[in-house]
Amino acid sequence: MPSTIIEAKNLSVKYGEIEALSKVSFKIDSGDYVGIVGPNGSGKSTLIKSILGLIPFEGEILFHGESLSEFMLKKNVGYLPQKMSFIDQRFPATAIEIVVSGLYCQKKFPKRITGDDYSSAKKIMQTLAISDLATRSIGKLSGGQQQRILLARALIVSPQILILDEPTVALDPQSRETFSLTVQKLNRELGVTVLLVSHDAGSMGKYASKLLYLDGKIIFYGTFEDFCKSPQMTNYFGDNQHIICHRH
Amino acid sequence: MEIFFEFQEALSFAFVQRAVIAGCFMALGCSFLGIFLVLKRFSLIGDGLAHVSFATVAIALVLHAQPIIISIPLVAIASLVILSLSEKAKVYGDAAIGLVSSFGIALGVIIASTAGGFNVDLFSYLFGNILSVSSAEVWITILISLLVVFITILFYHDLFAITFDEDYAHVSGIKVKIVNKILILLTSLIVVLGIKIVGTMLVSSLIILPAVSALQIVRSFKMAIVLSGLFAVISVIIGIFISYILNYPSGATIVMVNFIFFIASFMLGSLKRQ
Repeated sequence: MPSTIIEAKNLSVKYGEIEALSKVSFKIDSGDYVGIVGPNGSGKSTLIKSILGLIPFEGEILFHGESLSEFMLKKNVGYLPQKMSFIDQRFPATAIEIVVSGLYCQKKFPKRITGDDYSSAKKIMQTLAISDLATRSIGKLSGGQQQRILLARALIVSPQILILDEPTVALDPQSRETFSLTVQKLNRELGVTVLLVSHDAGSMGKYASKLLYLDGKIIFYGTFEDFCKSPQMTNYFGDNQHIICHRH
Repeated sequence: MEIFFEFQEALSFAFVQRAVIAGCFMALGCSFLGIFLVLKRFSLIGDGLAHVSFATVAIALVLHAQPIIISIPLVAIASLVILSLSEKAKVYGDAAIGLVSSFGIALGVIIASTAGGFNVDLFSYLFGNILSVSSAEVWITILISLLVVFITILFYHDLFAITFDEDYAHVSGIKVKIVNKILILLTSLIVVLGIKIVGTMLVSSLIILPAVSALQIVRSFKMAIVLSGLFAVISVIIGIFISYILNYPSGATIVMVNFIFFIASFMLGSLKRQ
């Protein structure tokens, strides 16, 4: 019986007068791979930012049944942000320096990085087959390579939960496929719980065990198969349901 | 060989020795902060704070107080106002700098014109004069520069994290707002030191130029700081020497040497990229 790893209760977020999320409640079990999908402005990234404590929200988010404690959360969550455009081409850091920075959350002030930390970074880079990029400048790597470096940064702490915000949006189809398979492998073989935001509900069916369809509130939350069989979804999406379910 | 003897002769004078020591420490402090400020797109914060220091020097002259004593707390407050405006009031960072900077200059000019009698003193702070630093000023410069370098080393990984990716730094448990405040307060300290050395008009160039030059060449963050420090210190030494020999204004000469380093680094960087 899988245990609940994240539970959101009546989660609401407002940007000024605009309500981005309205009383959203759901549970995510340990080992789930949840695809968070929905149209532009549906609150997908807002939901992720709330879980990460990056924005204020109303309601409650429980982590392993306890109140959202920054300490607990930050030791157990790997995060891959939405945009890679923030990486300056001339940013003076090698790929391995970026991967090692994933360990900062485990360091007490004043933070010190040791040889063992670099060994951990090399190990995770080896797992992701990116060892050859270690001494390359982060800004000079391709979008797909940068994304895998940031994934290595997220994974270096062996997180229980991996949160990815549209990680493949800037990638070509081949890099997208490679990246998605890597994440799927982490979920299936290492049991990492994955929350992945995507525009593409169809492709989520290929990798995710559950689909959370948002549009300011939860439209659907369940398995992809249930999504495709649901008459309520047929009413909501019309022909689009058929298109989503048969794309993968 | 003749240049070497001239250099040796210059160094035999106490005022040149004081200038070299104060300039090198100040340059070191600037270069440690410069890399973070440039990469965080906060380059012009030094410029803005320098403009504020123009007003604080005017206030100090009115009060017949030491400009550095008055300037340190006031410029520190101005730096926090800039940060607060860009974080809370949703004013764009560069606009926040512009707001505070124009206020500083306007206030300085008004104080200068109404109080009168010290215009010459005030305008000497526009371009500074490193060759006139006193022993006390040298000690203050050494202490504050070492403090800046020490705190930067202490917070190095936190500063690196917020410079690369603020959101991820926050998720990693780093107190982003506090680290930003530390960075900006250290900048205000170094700016105040710089007004005597290169003046309010040129102090930001000591923060920006060595960092930008180093960023043209290196690919490791620590190397960027080391190289930026080297550029800054060498520029100060060469700048002081040239200004002594040719009787050029010292602050402007230091900045010009820095600029030459930038041109050389830019060309080297372009060659490496090809």
